Amino acid sequence: MNFNVNEKGYYGNFGGAYIPEMLHPNVEELRNHYLEIIHDPAFQAEFQDLLRDYVGRPTPLYLAKRLSEKYNTTIYLKREDLNHTGAHKINNTIGQILVAKRLNKHRIIAETGAGQHGVATATACALMGLECIVYMGEVDMERQKPNVERMRMLGATVVPARSGSKTLKDATNEAIRDWINNPVDTHYIIGSVVGPHPYPDMVARFQSVISEEVKKQLKAKTGSELPTHVIACVGGGSNAAGAFYHFLDHKEVRLIAAEAAGLGVTSGYSAATTVLGKPGIIHGSKTLLMQTEDGQIVEPHSISAGLDYPGIGPIHAHLFETGRAEFMAITDKEAFQSAVLLSRLEGIIPALESAHAISALDHLDLKKEDVVVLNLSGRGDKDLQTYINRKSEFMND
Amino acid sequence: METQPIVSNRLTSLFSTGKKNILNVYFTAGFPALDDTLRILRSLEKSGVDLVEIGIPFSDPLADGPTIQESNMVALGQGMTLKLLLEQLREIRKEISLPILLMGYLNPVMQYGVEEFCDQLGSIGIDGLILPDLPLDEYKAFYKNAFERNHLSNVFLVTPQTSEARIREIDQESTGFIYVVSTDSTTGNAKDISGAAPYFERIRAMQLQHPALIGFNVKDHSSFSFACQYAQGAIVGSAFIRMLQASKNLESDIETFVRSLRTGQ
Ligand SMILES: Cc1ncc(COP(=O)(O)O)c(C=O)c1O
Repeated sequence: MNFNVNEKGYYGNFGGAYIPEMLHPNVEELRNHYLEIIHDPAFQAEFQDLLRDYVGRPTPLYLAKRLSEKYNTTIYLKREDLNHTGAHKINNTIGQILVAKRLNKHRIIAETGAGQHGVATATACALMGLECIVYMGEVDMERQKPNVERMRMLGATVVPARSGSKTLKDATNEAIRDWINNPVDTHYIIGSVVGPHPYPDMVARFQSVISEEVKKQLKAKTGSELPTHVIACVGGGSNAAGAFYHFLDHKEVRLIAAEAAGLGVTSGYSAATTVLGKPGIIHGSKTLLMQTEDGQIVEPHSISAGLDYPGIGPIHAHLFETGRAEFMAITDKEAFQSAVLLSRLEGIIPALESAHAISALDHLDLKKEDVVVLNLSGRGDKDLQTYINRKSEFMND
Repeated sequence: METQPIVSNRLTSLFSTGKKNILNVYFTAGFPALDDTLRILRSLEKSGVDLVEIGIPFSDPLADGPTIQESNMVALGQGMTLKLLLEQLREIRKEISLPILLMGYLNPVMQYGVEEFCDQLGSIGIDGLILPDLPLDEYKAFYKNAFERNHLSNVFLVTPQTSEARIREIDQESTGFIYVVSTDSTTGNAKDISGAAPYFERIRAMQLQHPALIGFNVKDHSSFSFACQYAQGAIVGSAFIRMLQASKNLESDIETFVRSLRTGQ
């Protein structure tokens, strides 16, 4: 089984580039150049320097003793929350901004859900002196306010997306429309392993540093570079793609993807794409997505803005279809409780997205001798308001 | 190269007459009211437009600006579906002889089933299909047969950024007209098309095998006649939708709209 993208941009049955002609020249330019750019030693030197000195990599692989005790196993947290700007998203934005510079683009656009990708993009733009416009659903601007202010402080323009459910899908639509209207000078920094080929592959490559480091760190700590489980949350799936990447061909490593069940998969308020989705086209890619019988995209729901998306990246649709990864649907309530749990046990307040990955521990029959790597994709500062406002609702038992 | 066309229908007949100033009007199915599809078609035929594009509503129309997004949402909210649209169109050829194209995004068509969809369009007597997010390669591999056996013209878009080589490839695969997108733009943008003359000239100088119609941001008599200097005709969408939105009397407003586009009066 091959988990890499083929030359046409497919992972098995999923992927491709289903885009209107207006986007074709830009997407083709990227497709023709991205590998050559990424493989250029000068690019790699600049990228690796920035990851080390600016982003703060490698991020620690931390043995979470009290969490391990609770689950009676061994759990390592991959601390992506300790990256500059507080999430894994910056691994990708630093990579893409360097690509954009080499393509001579001086205007950068992005979509954001939780605001972490928006902040990471605004940060990279400030660093490089490039104009930055971030599209964000109006609902998300409200629930992730601190990140809106951070983007503005960094000099970015935040444009509210007011269509649909006013969340990540709608922000992505608006960013794509911006690119259609500004095809010459603009690069679109997509924030996850979604979108038309080559985006899913490019973003996965930039995020693959996560599993590359995990392998080395785990080897140093345990003598083996392979854990028994890798757990990550999936919105579009970029932190999961990065955490799984170098383990894909190691069949003995179980790959666990935590999706957002929202109020429950049968509640009508959910974002559990592998449970509720069917193959279709969203944002230029053939993948699993939540849709009506008529092919209209369904508005998702999750407490976590970063997972509130009706599709998943094509690589994950493929991992799901082939059974290589196991998908678990985690409710708002479970995630909320896991966030509190991690805060109390380890002194780490996780992002609501990452909290879904923690809840997966409850659904796995873990053994004492298992070695679990849990990708802690981001920190919870941005979610403090939600943690305060909804405590009584979720912590009542 | 005079070969027997693989696809022949009302659209190819229209173009074979060499007619100039072709007016193609786009409207969204199920808008303003769910049952307006036929009413609008009748009025457009009576008003003397040359062909029509009926938009299949979609929840996430990526290439469309606010006006058409809104008409899509209204239509969907009123219960429009692809199945219902086909029912509305079922008997259309008993009274309407205009060439009719359907335009829509790929996902609803994929869910319906491509083969089945094309066969349905063939049996109704629809003349062609515009699916902006259908990749050319995919069309060749999976769609072409179903299009051709139903005499459905395919229409692909080109933009100011499309390379000459790709325009030639699109021309090669086309069986209707080339949809020349006037500016780098989503639909219904305020961008003025009068700056696009060099691009229109460039396309005309390529002497493509297929006729060209210019669309996006064609909104009134002046932009329509400007576009017609460079192509066989033009396509009006958002401006027509805006008129429908405000209309108190569809029949007379459609007639006035079309006359004003043609004559400026
Ligand atoms: C901390 C954090 N984790 C996860 C995600 C989900 O994105 P992805 O699935 O691409 O990793 C986000 C997105 O905003 C995020 O901010």
